[in-house]
Amino acid sequence: MVRRIAVILTAASLAAAAACHKNKPPVARPMPPPATNTAPTQPPAPPDPVREPTTVPAEPVRDDAIASASLDDLNRNSPLKPVFYELDRSDVSPAGQKVLDENATVLKRYPAWAITIEGHCDERGTAEYNLALGERRAVAARAYLVAQGISADRLRIVSYGKEFPFDAGHDESAFAKNRRAHFVITAK
Amino acid sequence: MKHSILAGIIAAALAGWPHAQQPPPQPPTTTQQPSEIGVPIVGEAGNPPRLAVPDFIALSPDGETVAIAKILGQVLWDDLNFEHEFAFIPRDVYASIPKASSFAEVPFDRWRELNADGLVVGTVQKVDAGVKVEVRLYDVRSRRSVFGKEYSGGAAANPRRYAHMVSDDLHLTQRALHGVAQTRVTFASDRDGERMKNTVQKRDVKEIYIADYDGERQTRVTVNGTLNVFPRWSPDGRSIAYTSYGKGTPQILISNIFQATREEVTRGNDENWLAAWSPDGTKLCIASPREGHGYTNLYVVNRDGSGLRKLTNHPSINTSPTWSPSGTQIAFSSDRTGNPQVYVIGADGVGQAQRITTSESYADKPTWSPAPYNEIAYTARTGPGNDIKVIDMATREVRQLTFGEGSNESPAFAPNGRHIAFTSTRAGKKQIFTIARTGKDLKQLTRSGNNEHPDWSAK
Repeated sequence: MVRRIAVILTAASLAAAAACHKNKPPVARPMPPPATNTAPTQPPAPPDPVREPTTVPAEPVRDDAIASASLDDLNRNSPLKPVFYELDRSDVSPAGQKVLDENATVLKRYPAWAITIEGHCDERGTAEYNLALGERRAVAARAYLVAQGISADRLRIVSYGKEFPFDAGHDESAFAKNRRAHFVITAK
Repeated sequence: MKHSILAGIIAAALAGWPHAQQPPPQPPTTTQQPSEIGVPIVGEAGNPPRLAVPDFIALSPDGETVAIAKILGQVLWDDLNFEHEFAFIPRDVYASIPKASSFAEVPFDRWRELNADGLVVGTVQKVDAGVKVEVRLYDVRSRRSVFGKEYSGGAAANPRRYAHMVSDDLHLTQRALHGVAQTRVTFASDRDGERMKNTVQKRDVKEIYIADYDGERQTRVTVNGTLNVFPRWSPDGRSIAYTSYGKGTPQILISNIFQATREEVTRGNDENWLAAWSPDGTKLCIASPREGHGYTNLYVVNRDGSGLRKLTNHPSINTSPTWSPSGTQIAFSSDRTGNPQVYVIGADGVGQAQRITTSESYADKPTWSPAPYNEIAYTARTGPGNDIKVIDMATREVRQLTFGEGSNESPAFAPNGRHIAFTSTRAGKKQIFTIARTGKDLKQLTRSGNNEHPDWSAK
């Protein structure tokens, strides 16, 4: 929660900073709390405009940049981050949940986006079983996003098993990168 | 457009194939000499018969015929050696024996000095339609021909096919064995170095290839520019079913490789994988996660996509189907107890699935052997990688064929049950190998790019 507020603050201050330099300032809105939050506290009011130039963090990308990017450009440097899994597993780890929370935030900000969730595996499992395991990983990621309020209609699924490793290496660090749900933006 | 490209590729693929024009592909025709049928040559003291297989005799003096004569002798030697039904007089000692120029001049006494029990003599003659090949197998002691056949009508561009036919005929008549010299292996390959379009990721296209059983004449049969994997020969050897991501969602397609036509078995938004043909070729068993929840179950569908019915119904992963040779049972893998294990269920789906593998931490991709064996080969996790194992269905004894040389997976039986094709990383990239069911005679079939998911044709 603390991190979420920090993100909101950063976004809000960025928006405010941008407002000083543009005719049409983007509107910074507080984001709705996650669905699981039972007693939402009122988000803090945006801080006063900051006049000094601030270091622009890499994330989140500024709205107008995302909105104007082509699908290929978006996917090349995607605001949707992959989720990683343990060997033979498809349950979403706490770290994976954090990534999915952030992906859900992006998807809520861009409600027109449709995405494909690709399930992938490392090379240790068999090619055949890995198709079904990759599917289960993609399904787990989708279920989490749907629980965050993302419409299932926007989330297509496909499993590639171990056919498309992200890292061609044959050690655990490569395997860890290859056991993943990868998000592809297919419409915006 | 795609079909015309496909047609071109197929035409090129079949150019070297005897009578490979529109269906059905005819092998060279043969004429059996009626007086010389099926007397087996025997070795001494119960040993396998010792054969000599010299270069064939070129009856036409042109360079092409001479070259074909040489190739035929070598290929026939390799084909016969593949089954280990005969012992061989090494080819390098043949030079000491005068070359015959016709069947009438065979120096039997000289071959007998080398302890040959049998001698294969072949002639090659140029004729209008290509070449005519005549082959005789002599009992060296009695100097009688115990096998004689004439082969013609095949394309001169593929002389190997003649040797393959001779080998299968010799195995059948001499050893009552169905040889596999005319069979082929299909597999998926990324060798063309093409990249997937419609993605910013660097992803290699995989297309379906075929090759002769010995790895020769490797030929691409799909031109989809996408991910095409897990090819499976139809029982008649004329079609290949495979899993294609051509429309984004994986579907089962069939390529009819002699007609250059393509059929869709499945379509739509549901994913479908891993087609396995019923032994009569009318149905396919496929795996699909269409019910959601991350469950994958098996379905049986008619070849034309009609009559889909659910075979397994378990809230887990049920995949990798293979039919029993009789068509009454289907083996598959399921992770209902944790990691995948091999199970068997009736092809009608009635009754409980019976667990087969009990000593593996992870077992997948069962492949049911043809008769006379009743075995299931599968991939087992044995360490950081996988190995090929075989379980006898009667005794449940397990034997291991590979031992951690790279990672080994995706076994597929030859149609006589005596050999297994599989994928291995032992040579670096993923390559197709064959190995005898005893674990001997490892042979590498592919060398270019990555090659995987082999399947061995029945014919």
